[in-house]
Amino acid sequence: MQSAERSYNPLTILENALPKLVVAPSFIAMMVFIYGFILWTVYISMSKSTFLPNYDFVGLVQYVKLWKIDRWYVACKNLLIYGGLFIGFCTVFGLLLAIFLDQKIRLEGAIRSIYLYPLSLSFVVTGTAWRWMLNPGLGLERLVREMGWESFSFDWLVNADMAIYTVVIAAVWQSTGFVMAMFLAGLRGIDSSIIKAAQVDGASLPRIYWKIIIPSLRPVFFGAFIILTHIAIKSFDLVVVLTRGGPGYSTDLPATFMYEYAFTRGRLALGASSATMMFMMVMALIVPYLYSELRSKKNG
Amino acid sequence: MASLVIDQVYKRFGSVEVLKGINIAIEAGEFLVLVGPSGCGKSTLLNLIAGLDSISSGEIRIGERVVNNVPPKDRDIAMVFQSYALYPNMTIRKNLSFGLETRKVPKDKREEQIKKVSEILQIEDLLERKPSQLSGGQRQRVAMGRAIARDPLVFLFDEPLSNLDAKLRVEMRAEIKKLHQRLGTTIVYVTHDQIEAMTMADRIAIMKDGIVQQFDSPNGVYSNPNNLFVAGFIGSPSMNFIPVKFEEQGGQRGATLTNTKDQTFFIPLTNGSDYPVGQSAIMGIRPENITDTNEGLESRQQIIELVAEVKVTEPTGPDTLIHVEFNGTEVICRSCPEFAAEAGASMKFALDTTKILFFDPESGMRLDDAN
Amino acid sequence: MASTSSRSYTEMAGRAALYAILLLFALYFLAPLFVMIITSIKPMAEIRTGTLISLPKAPTFEPWLKAWGTATIGVANEGIKGFFMNSLRIAIPAVLISTLIGALNGYVLSKWKFRGSDTFFAMLLLGCFIPFQVILLPMARTLGVLGISGTVSGLVLVHTVYGLAFTTLFFRNFYVGIPDELVNAAKIDGAGFWRIFWKIMLPVSKPIFMVTIIWQTTQIWNDFLFGVCFSTGDTQPVTVALNNLVNTSSAVKEYNVDMAAAIIAALPTLFVYFAAGKYFVRGLTAGAVKG
Repeated sequence: MQSAERSYNPLTILENALPKLVVAPSFIAMMVFIYGFILWTVYISMSKSTFLPNYDFVGLVQYVKLWKIDRWYVACKNLLIYGGLFIGFCTVFGLLLAIFLDQKIRLEGAIRSIYLYPLSLSFVVTGTAWRWMLNPGLGLERLVREMGWESFSFDWLVNADMAIYTVVIAAVWQSTGFVMAMFLAGLRGIDSSIIKAAQVDGASLPRIYWKIIIPSLRPVFFGAFIILTHIAIKSFDLVVVLTRGGPGYSTDLPATFMYEYAFTRGRLALGASSATMMFMMVMALIVPYLYSELRSKKNG
Repeated sequence: MASLVIDQVYKRFGSVEVLKGINIAIEAGEFLVLVGPSGCGKSTLLNLIAGLDSISSGEIRIGERVVNNVPPKDRDIAMVFQSYALYPNMTIRKNLSFGLETRKVPKDKREEQIKKVSEILQIEDLLERKPSQLSGGQRQRVAMGRAIARDPLVFLFDEPLSNLDAKLRVEMRAEIKKLHQRLGTTIVYVTHDQIEAMTMADRIAIMKDGIVQQFDSPNGVYSNPNNLFVAGFIGSPSMNFIPVKFEEQGGQRGATLTNTKDQTFFIPLTNGSDYPVGQSAIMGIRPENITDTNEGLESRQQIIELVAEVKVTEPTGPDTLIHVEFNGTEVICRSCPEFAAEAGASMKFALDTTKILFFDPESGMRLDDAN
Repeated sequence: MASTSSRSYTEMAGRAALYAILLLFALYFLAPLFVMIITSIKPMAEIRTGTLISLPKAPTFEPWLKAWGTATIGVANEGIKGFFMNSLRIAIPAVLISTLIGALNGYVLSKWKFRGSDTFFAMLLLGCFIPFQVILLPMARTLGVLGISGTVSGLVLVHTVYGLAFTTLFFRNFYVGIPDELVNAAKIDGAGFWRIFWKIMLPVSKPIFMVTIIWQTTQIWNDFLFGVCFSTGDTQPVTVALNNLVNTSSAVKEYNVDMAAAIIAALPTLFVYFAAGKYFVRGLTAGAVKG
C-alpha cells in the first residue's frame, strides 16, 4: 500500500547510490592497501618465507625465532628508553613552554614560530643537523673545549652505551614544539571565568596552575601521550641518519630492525613478524584511545 | 497551494520509535502549527513532510499526490530553517535565486521573482550583501524570501523565530501571519512556543512522545483540552490542577476546596455530570477564571465565592497574578491590579464553575468526554 | 606602600626570568639552524680549525653549488637537484589527488551518511595510525606486480593511498561543523549531490584545503621510509638522497656540502611553514587531537 509511488526510475536509483559510489574507490583501497596488506603481513610472519614469499604455514615459529635474537631485544629495550625519555621530555618542556607563553608575552607569535619550525623539517634533515652538532671531533665537544673546558668530552654519538640518547636529543628538539602547540590550544580553551573565580577565592597563580589548570588539561596529556608514543614506535629516519643503528646495532629500534631484516637481509618472515609486533604495540595503544574518543563524542 | 494529509505515519530510528501513528489532515491554504516540548517528534515529522528523511510506514499526501518516495526537490515545498541556513558564500540575491536557477527558471523570470519577493519583505537594499553582514531579523526575512521566491505548494517553517530576541519575535510573528493571509499558501509551522502556536495557527497539532495529543483549532485546544498534558501545555500561566474527591452535599454532586485556614468551599458540578462519590479527580481551572470579585458577581448564577490567603503577588501590568493555596496545591488567580490584596492578606475570589474541567488522575484524560 | 612596591619588584623579576627562559629555549631551537647555515658557507679549512659557532671568515657559496649540482650521491656526481625534482614529481600529484579524494570522502561521510558509513570512517581512522612497517612488504610486492616498482608513479600511488586516511579525516571533521540545515536547504532548493558540493561546500572550504594541502605536502616531502623502500637510484626522493650523501663512507667528509644539501632539502617545507604557519599549526592540532 505504501509503495504506491515507489520510484524505480534508474536515474533516482543512481542518485541515491551516488554517495556510496563516490567513496567506493577509497573503501576498496582501504580494504586492500590497509587491511588486506596487514593480513598478508601477518600471514607471511607465520610462513617459511625468506628471500621470496613462501606460503607454507608454520605457525608462530618466526616469533619464537624473533624473540631469540639479541638484536631484537636491544631494539625493544632501546624503544623503551628512547620512548620513555622522548615522551617525558617533550611533555615537560612542551607544557612549561605553553604555560610560559600563555602569560601575555610580547612577541608571542614570533617566539611560537621559532619553537614550532623544527616540525616542518624532515627527520632526515634534523638527523643531519644533529649529527654535525654532536660530531665527536668538530661539534659541541670542540666548542666547549675552545671555551676553556679543556678536558670536556662528548662522544655519545660513537659510544654504544650512550648513542641512543643522541636520538632522544634530536627527537625532543624536533617534537617539543608540537606538544607545546597542543598544550597552548588546551590552555586557550579553558574557560577564563574558572581562573577568575579561583583568583577571587584568593588562590596564588602557581596554585591555580597546579590545582585547576593542569588537571583540566588531562585530555591534552592523553592526546599528546598517544601521538608521541606513536611517533616513537614509528621512528626510523632519525636513527638511520643519525647513527645508522650503530655503533654496531646499539641504537636499533624495531622500525630499523624490521627494515634491516626484511629489505637488507631478505628475511621476509622475520621482518614480517617484527612488523606485526610493532603493529600490535600501536594497536594496543590506539584502539582503546579511539574507542573512548568516539564514545565520548557520541555521548557528548 | 495544496492540501496536506498525514496518514498513520510511523518513524523508527533503529529500534526507537519516534513517531507512532500520526494522523493530521489540513485543507489547502490552512496554517498548521506542530507544537510540543523538545523531543516530541515535531521536527522529525516536518523533515518527513519535506522529504529530508524517509517514513517507516504510513502515507503523506501533498494535494492528491503520495510523496512517500519523492525526493525533496520534487515535492514542490519550501522550507525556512531555525538557523536560517543562508548560503554564506552567496549574496542575498544569489541566495534567493539559487533554487530558481537549480530549477532552470529563465533569467528574466528569476529577476522578476526576486524583485517581487524583496519588495514584499522589504529587503531590496540588502540584495548585494552577504548573509554575515545582516542582523538576525534581516536574515530571517531573507530566509523567508528564499522560500517565497520559489512559490511552492507548501511552506515548511522549522522554529524560525527561536533565534530572535523577544521583541523581534513578536513582530515577525505578526508578519508571518500577514504573509500567510496575503499569499494564502498552505503552511506547516513547527514551534515549541505555545503562544506562537495560538496566535498564528488555523489548526494546532499538540505532540508529545511521538503522538498527536490533540489536533484542533486554537480555541479548541485552549478551552476544550483532551488531557492534562494539553491543558497544562497551552496557556500562560498554566491551568491550575487541584486534586479533589467527588462528594455529595445537600443532594448536590460536587467537590470541595479547602484553603490554608481550613475553610471549605463546595463546588457543585454544573453540567449534570454524575461522577461516583469518592472518586478522585484533578480539577482544572485557568487563572483567569478565578478573579477578584468586583466584576458583577451577583448577576451571575454559576459563580462561587472563595476566600484565601495571598502568598505572593506578581504584577504583570494589565493583571496581577495572585498565588494562593487550595487542597495543598498552589493555585494562581488573576486579578485587576487595583483589587489585588497584599501578600499575607486574605482576599475574596470569584470562581467561574462553568470553566472547570475534570481529569482522571491516573490516565490524565478528561473525565467528561471532551468531544 | 612598601609592600606593594616590593611586590611589583618581585613581579618584574619574575617577568624578566620568564623572558629569559623563553629566550633560552628560542636559542636552543634556533641553534641547529644557525649552525647549519654558517657551516654551509664555510670552506672546509675553516670547519676543521673553527668551532660550530665561529662565523665564516671567507664566506663561500661553493658548498651550495656543489650540493645542488656536482656532489656524489650514489653512483652519479650530479648533486641533489635531480632528487629534488623527483620529490616535486612525487609530491605534487600525490598531494592534489589525495586532497581531492579526501574532500569528496569527507563530504560523503559528513553530509551523505549511509548505513555503514560511520564504520567505514572508524576503520579509516585506524588507518591513520598503523605503523607503515606492517604494509611495506606487501606493498613492495604489489608495486612489482603492477610494474611500477622503483618508479615515481609507484611512490605517487603509495603516498596517495596512505594519505587518504588523513585527508578524509580533515575534511570530514571540517564538514561536520557546517550545519546540516545548509545542505537540507539546498536539497529543498532542488540541488543534488554534486551541485551542493560545488556551490555550497567548496566555496567555504578554503581553510581546510590549505590545512590539508600543507599537511600532505609536509608529510610527503619529508617522507623517508617509503622513499627508501620503494625507489631505486635515480627515482629516489630528496630525503633519501640526503641520507645517502651524509652517510656515505667515501673518503673525505665535506660537512659544508652536507649542510647545504640539508638546507636545500628542507627549504620547501620551511617556506610553506613560514608562509602559512597558521594553517600548518591548525593541521597538526586537528590531525592530532581530534583523532
